[in-house]
Amino acid sequence: MNANPYLPDMATIVEVIQETHNIKTFRIVLNNEQRMKDFTFRPGQVGQLSVFGVGESTFVINSSPTRKDYLQFSVMRVGEVTTRLHQLQPGDQIGVRAPLGNSFPLEDLKGKNIVFVGGGIGMAPLRTLFTYMLDNRKDYKDITLLYGARSPADLTYKAELPEWTSRKDVNTVLTIDNPSEGWEHKVGLIPNVLLEINPKPKNTVAITCGPPIMIKFTLQALKKLGFEDQNIITTLEKRMKCGVGICGRCNIGTKYVCIDGPVFTYAQLKELPSEL
Amino acid sequence: MEKFITKENLNRLAAELAATCRVLAPVADCGTVTFRRFQPGMVMDLHSRMAAVSPKAATFPQTETLLVVKREIPEKKPEIIETLPEGKNVVIGCRPCGARGKLIFDPVYETDKIKDPYYLQRRKNTVFISLACDRPETTCFCHSVGSGPADPSGSDVLLTLVGEGYVARSVTPEGEEIMKMALFADAGDKGKEADAKNAKAREMMGEAHDYASAPAKLLARFDDMDFWLAQSAKCISCGACTYMCPTCYCFNITDDDLGLSSQRIRTWDNCMSHTFTLEGSGHNPRSTKAHRLKNRVGHKFSYYPDLHKGVIACCGCGRCIKQCPAGVDIRQIVNAAQEYAE
Repeated sequence: MNANPYLPDMATIVEVIQETHNIKTFRIVLNNEQRMKDFTFRPGQVGQLSVFGVGESTFVINSSPTRKDYLQFSVMRVGEVTTRLHQLQPGDQIGVRAPLGNSFPLEDLKGKNIVFVGGGIGMAPLRTLFTYMLDNRKDYKDITLLYGARSPADLTYKAELPEWTSRKDVNTVLTIDNPSEGWEHKVGLIPNVLLEINPKPKNTVAITCGPPIMIKFTLQALKKLGFEDQNIITTLEKRMKCGVGICGRCNIGTKYVCIDGPVFTYAQLKELPSEL
Repeated sequence: MEKFITKENLNRLAAELAATCRVLAPVADCGTVTFRRFQPGMVMDLHSRMAAVSPKAATFPQTETLLVVKREIPEKKPEIIETLPEGKNVVIGCRPCGARGKLIFDPVYETDKIKDPYYLQRRKNTVFISLACDRPETTCFCHSVGSGPADPSGSDVLLTLVGEGYVARSVTPEGEEIMKMALFADAGDKGKEADAKNAKAREMMGEAHDYASAPAKLLARFDDMDFWLAQSAKCISCGACTYMCPTCYCFNITDDDLGLSSQRIRTWDNCMSHTFTLEGSGHNPRSTKAHRLKNRVGHKFSYYPDLHKGVIACCGCGRCIKQCPAGVDIRQIVNAAQEYAE
């Protein structure tokens, strides 16, 4: 971050990956080599991407701090800024304000079993931590990744799925909502598949992100499996502008998602007024 | 420092300061009183009534350019230029409540981690010469939010009307510097008269309401949407309350495309608007005006005090009450939450 918190760094798009019909992944590098070299962040932190003349929107940095060739953001095309982002190509210039917000509690997760539960674009914030853990594999016990989408075509990070499903040191389970020809993995809604996998809550932390309805039923499933509130972690998204706790729209009571979040435990969320 | 300045000389002071500073002063305009940039020859309207809008634009303009981005299409390498505010500002004739609005901004716009350079620059370069109120309006409640009609906090000089002029008291070194100008005369024993006037104005306000229980009581009503539906029934979501408010500090950031360049602009935003929190997915955490009014009242009387040493994020000026086209009264809403029988 710059001393002026509104001043973005200029960055160059180095690669664009078409993930699904409406999600693209952008790999970018900061134009200032020294700042790129010095750039540090923790898994879970977000950034604001600017298309100048159009505006700024918030996305999680979904690459891992252990892999520093580029910063990666996955963007679903839904509004003005994301539509213009989707038109950009390698070599194009964007602005970046990052890192913003808090992060996953890396230190607390060491020595634990980890269950990732990701739905749709909600896989993006999990990808950064998942990749980080793969790069520091010995620090964690059993790692399970349950990742679901509506259909095979809606899965992001398809290029990485073969590695994730074939690795012996992680248990990766993929699921889609309805049967599809040629699909060799699970079929069923994420919370149901989670119950089927039946992870044991002892010394285990569940980390989940996805659409609100999926989160709601995933939380219920995790409670059914016996997970304690403080061992369930999620990451929120809200409309943000400043990203630094001033502009007043991402707050839930006294907490600002942009500085106190986006990462919260279920125990912390229960303490907040109900305004998700 | 205590001095005396005649009404005529206050006008001369505004004119002299206007030569080197941007001077904002209340003037009668189209049936209302509002802050305008003072030019020599203009007549200030200091006494007919409190200005309809607050003087917050001096430190937080309704629209300001944060950045200019120049784009050279062939090279595709944009250049970002920071546009920090320049020059000095003087506000003359605001009321103590208006001058205090920025005290609510301060701990938000400057923290251990984040410094808002645009706000801080204006804050540093703006002097407030306030006028103590000699009588309350029915919408005034500054005395209930820890202030009063002659509260010097937030001002650099505080004026009190005495006869054909004002007793001027410096509050800050910046105020003292201005009071060294020859337009200020010795106050003699007029100070006592000023004290008596200020005491009388305070007395006229009557007993203060105690908001101490408001933060907890408002939070207790958070999930009671029937309560908020009833409180917000009159509201038409116009946002006049937010624009008139000296302490409302929320903003939007947008880009303005100018072809080969663009500007990143910050504007006052309005938490009573549906789009304020509308998310890309269509989800809106504050989907109805009841949710939004709850957040506005909650922010001022519960969340902000919880975060900032119990300070209520309201200066009691009553502009939101007076300017509301539907007659929503923030005092009644907080009172209703405080008095709610569980």
